[in-house]
Amino acid sequence: MVEIAGLKKRFGSIRALDGISLAIKPGEITAVVGPNAAGKSTLLRCIVGLVYPDAGEIRIDGLSINGDWRCRRRLGYVAQTAHFPESLSVRELFAFIRDIRGADSGDGKELIGLFGLEGALDRPVRQLSGGTRQKISIVLATMFDPEILIMDEPTAGLDPLSSQRQKKWLERERARGKTILVASHIIAEVEELSDRVIFLLDGKVYFDGAPGEAARLTGERTLERAIAAMMEQRSSCGR
Amino acid sequence: MSMGRWLLGLIFPLFVMLALFAPSDATAGTQPAAPQGQAQRPTLVVCPTCEVKRLVDALREAPTGGRIVVQSGLYVEGEIVVDKPVEIVGQGWPVIDGAGKNQVLTVKADDVSISGLVIRNSAKSYLADLAGLRVEAARRCVIEGNRLIDNFFGIYLAASEDCVVRDNQVYGNATSEAFSGNGIHLWNSHHITLERNYVTGHRDGLYFEFLHASAVRHNVSEKNVRYGLHTMYSADNYYQSNLLRANLAGVVLMYSKRLRVIDNRFEDNWGAACYGALLKDLDDSELADNLFFHNSVALYAEDANRNFLTKNRFYNNGFAVRIMANADSNAFSGNVFEANAFDVTTNSSTQSANSFNGNYWDDYRGYDLDHDGIGDVPFWPVRLFGLLLEEYPAAIVLLRSPFAELLDTAEEAIPVLTPRNLADEKPLIARPSWSKSRVLKNASVQ
Amino acid sequence: MRQMMTVARQAARELMRGWWVASYGLFFMLLAWALFAFGERPAQAVVSVLDLVLLVIPFVSIVVGVLSFYNSREFAELLLAQPVARSTVFFGQYLGLSVSLAAAFTVGLGAPFAWYGWSTRDQAGTLLVLLLAGIFLTFIFVAFAFAIAVRTENRLKALGAAIFLWLFLALVYDGLLLAVIMAFSAYPLEKPLLGLCVLNPLDVARILILLRLDVAALMGYTGAVFKQFFGSTLGLGLAGACLAAWVALPVLAGVNAYARRDF
Repeated sequence: MVEIAGLKKRFGSIRALDGISLAIKPGEITAVVGPNAAGKSTLLRCIVGLVYPDAGEIRIDGLSINGDWRCRRRLGYVAQTAHFPESLSVRELFAFIRDIRGADSGDGKELIGLFGLEGALDRPVRQLSGGTRQKISIVLATMFDPEILIMDEPTAGLDPLSSQRQKKWLERERARGKTILVASHIIAEVEELSDRVIFLLDGKVYFDGAPGEAARLTGERTLERAIAAMMEQRSSCGR
Repeated sequence: MSMGRWLLGLIFPLFVMLALFAPSDATAGTQPAAPQGQAQRPTLVVCPTCEVKRLVDALREAPTGGRIVVQSGLYVEGEIVVDKPVEIVGQGWPVIDGAGKNQVLTVKADDVSISGLVIRNSAKSYLADLAGLRVEAARRCVIEGNRLIDNFFGIYLAASEDCVVRDNQVYGNATSEAFSGNGIHLWNSHHITLERNYVTGHRDGLYFEFLHASAVRHNVSEKNVRYGLHTMYSADNYYQSNLLRANLAGVVLMYSKRLRVIDNRFEDNWGAACYGALLKDLDDSELADNLFFHNSVALYAEDANRNFLTKNRFYNNGFAVRIMANADSNAFSGNVFEANAFDVTTNSSTQSANSFNGNYWDDYRGYDLDHDGIGDVPFWPVRLFGLLLEEYPAAIVLLRSPFAELLDTAEEAIPVLTPRNLADEKPLIARPSWSKSRVLKNASVQ
Repeated sequence: MRQMMTVARQAARELMRGWWVASYGLFFMLLAWALFAFGERPAQAVVSVLDLVLLVIPFVSIVVGVLSFYNSREFAELLLAQPVARSTVFFGQYLGLSVSLAAAFTVGLGAPFAWYGWSTRDQAGTLLVLLLAGIFLTFIFVAFAFAIAVRTENRLKALGAAIFLWLFLALVYDGLLLAVIMAFSAYPLEKPLLGLCVLNPLDVARILILLRLDVAALMGYTGAVFKQFFGSTLGLGLAGACLAAWVALPVLAGVNAYARRDF
């Protein structure tokens, strides 16, 4: 269980996170949706510890993480765009990260097979396409079998087949009781997958509930339309 | 050194000796055997087991112009005075020992010759210049092939003339400048020939005061506590082919005039305040063909006027030439400046009345379009940092600092402070070939 | 520790991939070899390379430090998402870079010097001081680079600040020293100067090397005071401590900022 309470973060004059509180439960896939610059990435990076919040608290199973690096042992993170040391081959990259993480090692074979990465293993990372890099990033985040999986736009750059396979795999991980948090700006993509949707706008939570609930609340047929309706509602209120 | 110079070095002293001692004949070599032509001389033999056991007794008995042969043994006889013309010849290095109580041997007569003796342990004194061998007011003396060991002063000539001091080895044990005497000390004398002597461990190796018309050649003076060769109030002397090494200063020439200093080597006078040659109030003299190697300051000139400095080689010194503003009308030409930290420094940024013409400077970056061997643009050897150092000695902490180099570069581009007229208008493009051979020769010496 | 070494190894490896660490070492090697080929004796050669050691090492270290920090920042995110302390990542990258540069310099300059007649103990000592000074300068200026780069988002700004710092320590500081010397020439300055020199790592390195060489004799009374100071165990210890402090201060400032910043 990841709990977030009163999280605030400003970058200069921009309020990236403006008092966010929510709880992410194990055995569920939670999706954070919202337009660009809504604060999705910042929220995820706060949980991972790349960004320090100005205020608020993040707890994992009741323990405040407070930037403690040991918490990341239980955590896998897929960044929006992956950068790797350019000098390495894929295999060496995996070995490097395994070396960094030390004892809690896995080989990531399953996902390598799933994404069909076997042929790329000995190629230098710098020669790979964006999609392949994204796959590698996903393998890196999951190969150590973390309890909590945090993914920033995991399907970006993936071909439809890989995307589909990834979804299947996520559903299975959910069944294994993992806590999964996915950020995406493509709402249709997460609708079928997620148990719960958090709609973020200007650093605030506008909606937090099951996808169907959003549609029911707004009277729209799909989540996407429901979100759009919520955004319009907000702008008319602002007038 | 050329073959010709070697021959001259041999022939000239011989000639002088023949001229001076034609009637009494010459002695040659360090251990004189019995030369022909002396058989008719009355000879006395001194040895510990002989009839005459003491040198003083022999001197009393010997006739004027007689010959005393001192055979090996230890002679401790108090101060021995030679007061008549005699020839004293040591055989098998007899030791005349002053036992630290007195002057050892004093010559007070003309035409005395002393050779083959070991003279040692004179007394030391703050009040009197006590020596191992002292010559007072004598003419035509010959001091040749002796060893002077641990004396206060080694050989001391006072008010003497036409003497020859040759092939002596003078070893002192001086440690402090205040309580030590000079190796060979010539005072108020003239027409002295000083050659092939070796001096070490004294205050000044060679010290001349009121010395005139004398020749000093092929001597080696090294590792003395003060200077290698020190000259005061003297004139018309000739210093040639001496090696002055590892002293506080090689030569110090003060209040003198018309000295000729030719083909000497000044090296390893290295340390704080060490000089190859220090000129103070030296006028109308010539320094030529000398090598200055590895001295802190190779040549220092203060209030020195009208001197010619020609074809000297300044190699690997700290400061090659330090010339003060009160030095006037000195002419530097044909010299070679190579691998020195500073070529020329001076304490004045305004004017210099000394000329530098036709020298070779390894720092010169000019060109020679007409191929006459002379650079088409002048060379200014004074660096700004060197000039600052004269005024602010503490600035030496910036030695080799990139900032100091930047200063020099800037000054070179836009000269403001360094004396513009201290310039070599005709710098040589190539290093003169005669000096090339000397590098090799001197490199093999060290 | 193990994680730090892994990061350091990777940083070094990333660096070696570029041709220029090798060319940096090669530069010193060719330089030293050229000096010996032109017949310079080791003591002279040290004087000749001194300027270069004092200018090139700090410049290359600080510029490469800044550039490589920004390069590695891209995948720092990958590392920082792993269970690793930020200080570990920082130290690892710092060590990887400093050690690579120092090794290139040591091998590049050390090999020709060791090859050409450093026979006596004294000469070996001088070489050791030269190499140690170079190594210290590398560590110091890479630390400066990191301390600057951690705090600056814009890499051009960081590069500007780094070059300014280098200029200040290499040139401007000594200019200020000269101004002090000229302004207070009426007073005995040796001890204050000693203090001021110790404050600049480049001056410490330069003077430590100079004092090993016979040009120290040119430094007269000032040199004697310096020699006495740096010749004593206390003085040498103090100089070493100063150099070490110049490594430690920017490294600590850097790691502190690194631990606090957002990625």
